[in-house]
Amino acid sequence: MTQVTSSMTPQAYLKSLSRWRAAEIVFWLATLLPFFLFPSYLSLASQIALAALFALSLDIILGYAGVVSLGHAAFFGVGAYAAGIFSKMVWGEPLTGLLFGATLAGLLGYASSFIIARFRHLTLIMITLGLGLLAHEVANRAHWLTGGSDGLQGIEIWPVFGLFKFDLYGTTAYGYSLALLFIFFLASRRLLNSPFGLALRGIRENWVRMPAIGAERQAHIRKAYTIAAFMAGVAGAALAQTTESVSLESIGFQRSADVLVMLVLGGAGRLYGGLVGATIFMVARDQFSGIAPQYWYFWIGVLLVTVVMVLPNGILGGLSKLTARWRKP
Amino acid sequence: MTAVALSTRGLSKSFGSLPVARDINLELPVGARYALIGPNGAGKTTLINLVTGMLAPNAGQIFLGSEDITALEPQERVKRGLARTFQINTLFPGLNPLEAVTLAVCERRGIADRFWQNIAVHNEAIEEAYEILSKLRLGDVAYQPTRELPYGRQRLLEIALALATKPRVLLLDEPAAGVPQEESGDIFEVVAGLSNDLTLLFIEHDMHVVFRFASHIIVLVGGAVFTAGSPAEIAADPGVREVYLGTRKHG
Amino acid sequence: MLPPVFGVLFDGIAYGMLLFVLSVGLSVTLGLMNFVNLAHCAFAMLGGYVTVTLVNELQWPFLATLPVSFLAAAAASVVLERLFYRRLYRASDLDQVLLTIGFAFISVAAAAYVFGTIQQPIQTPPFLRGSTGFLGLGLSNYRMFLVGIALVVTLLLVAGLEYTRFGAQVRAAVDNQRMARGLGIDVDRTFAVTFALGSGLAGLGGSLAIDIVGLDPSFAFTYLVYVLIIVSVGGLGSIVGSFAAACLIGISDVAGKYYAPELGAFLIYLVMVAVLMWKPAGLFGRR
Repeated sequence: MTQVTSSMTPQAYLKSLSRWRAAEIVFWLATLLPFFLFPSYLSLASQIALAALFALSLDIILGYAGVVSLGHAAFFGVGAYAAGIFSKMVWGEPLTGLLFGATLAGLLGYASSFIIARFRHLTLIMITLGLGLLAHEVANRAHWLTGGSDGLQGIEIWPVFGLFKFDLYGTTAYGYSLALLFIFFLASRRLLNSPFGLALRGIRENWVRMPAIGAERQAHIRKAYTIAAFMAGVAGAALAQTTESVSLESIGFQRSADVLVMLVLGGAGRLYGGLVGATIFMVARDQFSGIAPQYWYFWIGVLLVTVVMVLPNGILGGLSKLTARWRKP
Repeated sequence: MTAVALSTRGLSKSFGSLPVARDINLELPVGARYALIGPNGAGKTTLINLVTGMLAPNAGQIFLGSEDITALEPQERVKRGLARTFQINTLFPGLNPLEAVTLAVCERRGIADRFWQNIAVHNEAIEEAYEILSKLRLGDVAYQPTRELPYGRQRLLEIALALATKPRVLLLDEPAAGVPQEESGDIFEVVAGLSNDLTLLFIEHDMHVVFRFASHIIVLVGGAVFTAGSPAEIAADPGVREVYLGTRKHG
Repeated sequence: MLPPVFGVLFDGIAYGMLLFVLSVGLSVTLGLMNFVNLAHCAFAMLGGYVTVTLVNELQWPFLATLPVSFLAAAAASVVLERLFYRRLYRASDLDQVLLTIGFAFISVAAAAYVFGTIQQPIQTPPFLRGSTGFLGLGLSNYRMFLVGIALVVTLLLVAGLEYTRFGAQVRAAVDNQRMARGLGIDVDRTFAVTFALGSGLAGLGGSLAIDIVGLDPSFAFTYLVYVLIIVSVGGLGSIVGSFAAACLIGISDVAGKYYAPELGAFLIYLVMVAVLMWKPAGLFGRR
């Protein structure tokens, strides 16, 4: 933490808030460790990176703007299906496929943002849930296009830049996913330290005051929602490409609930909350993969109750409270 | 005759069968210092909500200068120079005063949707925000989260946020509400020190303050303008004494 | 002779009545406290499993289990309310959503652990099986029974709210909580009692649902969606609204499955999104 002193000029103070900290650099260096330490877990590491990207996209609307969504998997799923279908119908070049999937998700996000931005509280929760279920139902019904409950099979992805072939060990997959995560992390970091990021926090902190300071809060929410949908689409598209398959589950309610759990576990409204939460969630799920899924959700349930009752700001919130207490005396 | 900054014509509003604003006609000249007084439930805050667009009137019109703003959204009115403060603190608890006021400045300058720039590059906006905070004696707490500020400071931040929109007309809803009497003078000193071009309308219960700072007083009773006039006229009006002053302990 | 469309209508109404019993409790508690309880259908599921256990293991008659399932769900809700919910009345929507989704997950896992993931069979008494002819339509006896129960519940609720002291307190608290507190009404206690009653009704609904839609651990989520749709379409805190919305959704769902099976679950989501776009507070909501 940079020391805040009253002698600091306001510009220097605001600049210090977005300065890179040592712990961050260590974190990103550590993301390279799986290449050397756990080469047999690179596929898992790739999925973790994409789950983290998905959680980061939810953080922008939920953690920062305070817009609760129970249907965020719709954009993840649209990105995944679009990228998968693109590779089958057009070509297998990964970056264009990624862009196609993410753009489609972003467009869908933009269209639905006109509905989302009008509502709050229970109605908003219901609308996002309803739109999410609707997306799932469309994917399920359009069997000819998506494969329905059988999933989308036969995706073939060409090497990235024509050089790096997606291999069985997941080396390319992890490199690809990690690069995407890092790029969009940098973008999110800039966004959240921007005037727009401040406006989003303003919406979260006080919905009523925003118009009284001349803010177009609905326009802000529409923009944030579109960006978040695009990012979720990137995560979904990359998952489809790296696993060369899309299942119906990637657009379902469970996926929306999972990403919510990851985010609040790590700490919503914190840049690294989704990343930390996704890592813990995915590693734990891999470790307990022996137990039946319904029991896995028992522990998720216990976890949710614990987080809400004991750790209202997630793991990172709890940690920063602890360090603050430790520094004081 | 001076130009009119804000006026209403036949403004009316009712909640169900309960009228809360009846045929209100106001005219605030540029640079005026008007006080809006009246017993509890007279519809003072409702009037501010109507003028700022937070409530839609059933009938009547609102003009800012010569422009009819009746149909505009609240934020559009703010952009045209009509700002307000709230009787109950309506701040951003998790932002610090510098962030909150900078946000308001960015909104006014139309740069609040720039998601690709670090806020620190907008030197002028930050500078302006800090100047407003300094003027309102909030410079020393600019980096503390709003929710940790003493109550009196939060009341000043209410005004700072409104000023950051560079209003031509400012409506203050009990700026010193809940502040101990000995401190409320400080808040009104700040209000009195605002630019003379700024047109002010404030709601206040303390008659000492009203008589000291207002150039003109409007008395609202039961959602209608009961009377209006200079402080001397209002003080001498036996009707006002009866409906308002008489029911309260003066001083 | 009536054309078959009336048969579909009847089935839709019966289904709607079931959904009404399941959802009315949530509507009232949401109207009271704005508490988003996504574990509501977990209480319904509890009621269902109580009935299944009593009928299949202890050979109780079906009808005798209904009051027990009501009481079991109500009792469970009181415990949760005391220990957890109470502390989150003034918390954010998100915290309430997370806590109660957590309980829903736990309930699903617990049900799968105890009863397995299979559909539970249920034995209803003979007079509720089969159907009765009416102007050429074969009306299911069980569905008629369902409609009857729902009407009794509605009458009891409306009468209870209109004519009892407690009902008056609930209405006052839904209307204007601050004023109700000012009048000395213990809103938190009113809420706790209403919450228990509402959850009990959900438990009853869970028992009644077995014969129509079956019972397995996914019930807590599958029907949560229906219940939430009804609550938001009907408007928070409105019994009449829930009743109307339950009929609308019940008929839409049954008619959709009958006449346009390829639409699947589309129809009810579309109905919901359309109603909420038109009236964000729901058909009978005021906020």
